[in-house]
Formats: sequence, C-alpha cells, structure tokens
Amino acid sequence: MAPGNASSIHRFGQEAKQRMELARRQVAMAVGAKPDQVIFTGGGTEANNLAIFGSLRPGKRHVITTAVEHPAVLSPAREVEATVVPVDGQGLVDPDEIRRAIRPDTALISVMSVNNELGTIQPVGEVLAIAREHGVPVHTDAVQALGKTAVPAADFVTVSAHKVYGPQGVGALVARMPVSKVTFGGHHERDRRPGTENVAGIVGFGAACADLTAPEASLRDRLEELILERIPRTRVNGRGAPRVGNTTNVLFEGIEGEPLVIGLDLKGFAVSSGAACSSGAVEPSHVLTAIGLSREDARSCLRFSLGRGNTEEQVVALVEALEPVVARLRKLSPAYA
Amino acid sequence: MPKETIAVAMSGGVDSSVVAGLLHREGYDCVGLTMQLWNQRRLPELATEQATGRCCSLDDVYDARAVANFVGIPYYVVNFEDRFEQHVVKPFVEEYLAGRTPIPCTLCNNFIKFDQFLEMADGVGAHKIATGHYARIRYDEASGRWQLLRSADATKDQTYFLFGLTQSQLSRTMFPLGGMLKPQVRELAMGLGLPVAEKPDSQEICFVPNGDYAAFIDAYSREQGISRERKPGQVVTPEGEVLGEHSGVHHFTVGQRKGIEVKRQKPEPLYLIETNPATRQVVVGSNAELLRAELEVGQINWISIAEPTAAIRAEVRIRNRHTPAWATLTPRERGVAVRFDVPQRAVTPGQAAVFYEGDLVLGGGWIV
Repeated sequence: MAPGNASSIHRFGQEAKQRMELARRQVAMAVGAKPDQVIFTGGGTEANNLAIFGSLRPGKRHVITTAVEHPAVLSPAREVEATVVPVDGQGLVDPDEIRRAIRPDTALISVMSVNNELGTIQPVGEVLAIAREHGVPVHTDAVQALGKTAVPAADFVTVSAHKVYGPQGVGALVARMPVSKVTFGGHHERDRRPGTENVAGIVGFGAACADLTAPEASLRDRLEELILERIPRTRVNGRGAPRVGNTTNVLFEGIEGEPLVIGLDLKGFAVSSGAACSSGAVEPSHVLTAIGLSREDARSCLRFSLGRGNTEEQVVALVEALEPVVARLRKLSPAYA
Repeated sequence: MPKETIAVAMSGGVDSSVVAGLLHREGYDCVGLTMQLWNQRRLPELATEQATGRCCSLDDVYDARAVANFVGIPYYVVNFEDRFEQHVVKPFVEEYLAGRTPIPCTLCNNFIKFDQFLEMADGVGAHKIATGHYARIRYDEASGRWQLLRSADATKDQTYFLFGLTQSQLSRTMFPLGGMLKPQVRELAMGLGLPVAEKPDSQEICFVPNGDYAAFIDAYSREQGISRERKPGQVVTPEGEVLGEHSGVHHFTVGQRKGIEVKRQKPEPLYLIETNPATRQVVVGSNAELLRAELEVGQINWISIAEPTAAIRAEVRIRNRHTPAWATLTPRERGVAVRFDVPQRAVTPGQAAVFYEGDLVLGGGWIV
C-alpha cells in the first residue's frame, strides 16, 4: 500500500501522521526537547539554513560563528553579516572571543557541538551562558554530537538522521524559540517548514533515535596508539581537547593524504582526507588550517571514523595496511628527507 | 597470472575512455584517475554559454566516472589544482606577458602528467600509468633506451608535446592508442559500448575558454593583482620605421597576420615577425621577412639517442602543425644550433623544437 500524505484528512494520511508524530517524540527525546520543538527538514544543511536565516529580524542581521564550522553553517553565515571567531590549536573556541564579538545587532550565535573532522567537543554550555547575559539566541549544529555525547540545550539545535544510522536526506531543527520560515508554501511543521513531509525518512530517523548507543572510545584509542607507535612522524590533531569517541584525525608528516585515501580504499578501508569538492577531488580542510596547520600539513591528514561493528581485528588490519602505504609514499615524497 | 596495476589518466573524453576499456579487457588491474586541474568557476568573467566540454568541468568528471563504472574499475578524482597553477598556468601567463608564446600542454606533460601524476600512481600502488596520447613507446635492446615514436595516425600525433619525457617516465608509461587511427578508436569505443563513444574531441588549451588567450591572461592577471595596465607600444618595421601602435605585446604571436593595426598601409600583407617586450615594440614585415634558417634550442631532452657530441642531421618541427624540415644540429655549450636546409616560417621563441628521424623522436627543447 502506498503511504498516505500526513496532511490528509483520510485514514491513510492519519496513519502516516501518527507514525511521523511517534518519530517526532523519538527525536525530541534523543535531544532532550519537546516534540513540538522538532521541525523535520531535508537534512542538517537545511536545518542550519533555517536556524540562521530564520533568526534574522529587522535591525538584527549579524551572526557570530566559528572558523571550524561545517560549510552548512559557514556558507549561509557568509550570506549575512558574519563574524567568524578563530579557534585554538585544538579546534576549541574561546567563549570570551564570542562575548567580544557580540553587537547590538547580533541575531544569532552559531557554535557547533562537535567538530566533524576532529571530534572535539566545543564549550557550547559556556557560550550559552554568555549569550543569555546578552539576550542573544544560540544555535548549535549538533549533527556530530547526537548519539555520541550530550546534545547541548541551545535555542536552536541541528541534528541529522544519517549520522546515527538513519536514512540520508532527513534531519531536524529543534527550535526552542520562534523561527521564521525561509521557504514558502503550505503550513507544515507548525508553519515553520512548508512541504510534504518525508514520512519514510522521518520514521527512519525516529527509529534511529530510539536506538542510540554512544561509541566506546577504547577502539579509537587503540587505533591512535597503534598508529603513533608503528608509524613514525605522526600526530593526532585535537588530542588535547575533549573529544567524542569515534573520530580521530591523524597527520602523517610529509605525505599527501589523497593517494593514501585511494590506496586504503583499494584495500577495503574507507577513510577520508580534507573536504570533497563538487568534482569529488579533495580540497585542504579549512578546519585543519584554522587550527594552525599549513596547507601542506592539512593535505597530509587522514580522518578515521569508527562505527558500530568495527572490531579490534579491523583496527589492527587497518594499521597493517596503512604502514606500507605510508612508507611507500614517503619514499616518493621529496618533502620527506 | 594477474597483470600489473595501471593508473589510467581519464579525462572523460573518448581516447582515455578507450584506454581504460582496452586495458581492462586485456586483464590489467586498472584504477581510473581524473586530475582536477583548474577550477572553471574561478574566473567568472570568462564564463560563456559554451562552458561545457572544457577541462575539469563537472560534465567531464561525470563522464569519466560513468565510463569507469561502466568498465568496472575503481575511480577517483585527484586534486592537482595547486600544482597545475604553479607549473602550468602561472608560467604560461608570465611567458605570454614577456612576449613569448608558451606551450602549456608541454609544461603539463613535463611537470604534471608524467611527473606528479606518475607519483600519484605510485602512491596508490600502480606500477605504470596509461594515457590516451597519440604516440608510441618501445624499448630498444641495442641502445638500451626507451624510444618515443610518432603515432600511427599522423593527423593525431602528439609527440611534439611529449619531447620532455625521460627514460624513467617512458619505462613506466603506456600509450595504448599510439598504433591506432582515430576512426579505429571511435569504433572501439562503440564496440566496448562506452557511454562517451560519440563525444566530440576537445580542441583547445583546456583551461582557456574558446581559445581566447588574451582574455584569459587579462582575467588571471586581474585576479592575481599582476599589473595589467595597458602597456601600449609601437608597431615597427625591421628597419625601425614606426607604422602604428598596439595595446600590449601579449596580444601577439609570431606569424600572425590578423589584428595588426597600422596607420600607414604597406602594399603587401604584414606579418608579425617578433615581439620585443623590453622596448614594447612589435616588429612586422613581409612574409619573406618571417623566414629564418637558424635558431638556437636550449633545455634539451634527448630521448631515443644519447646526447650527440658532433653535428647530426634531423628533421625539426617548430610548431605542432609544422611539417618537420631537414636541418643540421650542431652541439653548443648549452643546447644545439639548428640550421634548416630551407628557411622556415615564423620561428617563435618559447615554442618547442622537436627533432625526428623518421618516426623516431630523437629529442627536443625550447626555442631560445
């Protein structure tokens, strides 16, 4: 049977609506919010855009954000007047810097909960306290936090299904404050996000939120330990900061990350380096240059993300595959003497 | 027995697609790689409606990926933008502004495709690289050298752009199309069922839209903050007679006839004989005055023979479309002096001179 339209009056529609509302409760519970604060969107990017553009008011069009945000925050922020606050060598923002950036026309402060490349956990709680003093709303892109660490109770919170083993292309903005819609159409999602809901995706998102298990850091720690021990001239980025347990970002001095990623993929290991541009080529990561790495060093970093089902044997096999590839690349590289 | 791993340089065009299809069919372990060389969105003022079909467009990457998926080989896009700009685009613009006519394709072959791409291939674990160039490579037992030869399809031969290949590069490179005619390649593409079998050939320098060098150089200089103030100069005859003014030496190429504006008309058509960036003069004259018998060639790479110690005879090509002409090559301290038996038209500093003996590419260098 074809699914009903959740906005329809008939029973098919009502059934779809019921399932969607169950999902809304599941997502709300996972982020510690009320169900009516959950606005389903077509993913994290849309939720970030809604938070940023939907917070602008007459006379308040200034946004404060950080240099290590995902492009889904940085790009919309660049469309309005934005102050981009730098971070320290571990990728952490100094809440005092945020304080200093606040202006009378500041509409929103947007600080991500967990950095997607480093796994570092930002002091969003402190930012919230400062923002409260100044009466400025706070948005946090919590796409990388959900299911891995506590999701901050910010005024606006972005989450995405596919980072918690849900379907791709569905996310939500949790809005604890009124938000103006930025696309126009029907009255869906309490008149905050028009368009027929992606019921299947939303139901999947709900189910994923009902089944969250925070990753153990032990496997990631083992991976780091093995790499640092067996491969010379390596360094873990952001290691001095609080981090979520699944991500590590390693600098392999003097080699290009790109052939390393390809060489590993050909051996069956999916890792990443930098940021993919529209063609699929890799561009040096703005996050890594923001924590003080040179463009060359930023190109020499790999990001490893561990997930459900990864085992210690796999971690050992990965390092065993990594070792000869790194050695071969270093032999080729004139930069590595 | 599993054969070697080959990194196939895939542009999304017919030729490199056929290479991937052929090598895969022959049982090689292939990895398709597309070099992202230039961001076409970077100089938006150059955007035209015919934005497709240029290098590194998303369409080409889409096509290359489609072919790799169709053939069934792993495929990746690798970012060479920084290297391409440093080794090809920047020198191209600088040379042009200095009044010479550079060949970016040769720079790209020397510094990107057969250098850093080979390194990338090494990095991903490939033993050799393969490209869709029209040229042949063979190993000569007698001399112990790798030789470069003209392609079977004389109209497609690309050896003029490949004279910089070293022995080690040749030993690790495959040109599977070198022995074929272009129509055969198209037929093969059809036969293999490749999704790009009917795609038109690319023509121009890949990063310069519509072949408009001057517009590209203006746009790039503006972006880079290189002074692009109009530097007009004089148009003069070889005798020094001033005939008019021009708007900048980089608008001219030796041998060109169109686009030279003079106040006083001469009875015969005027050709550009030489540009002199130091005095900002461009020298024009008759077709006969364009002919030169002697030239110097530097930065020579000897391929199929060892560096000669005495004068040798060879056919010399001074432009891609030039029919090689017989000449005597005399070794000099740096490079060789070339003396043509019959004077040749439009010898252009900055272009390559490539030496042939029949199909064999002896070597080549840059016209001083």
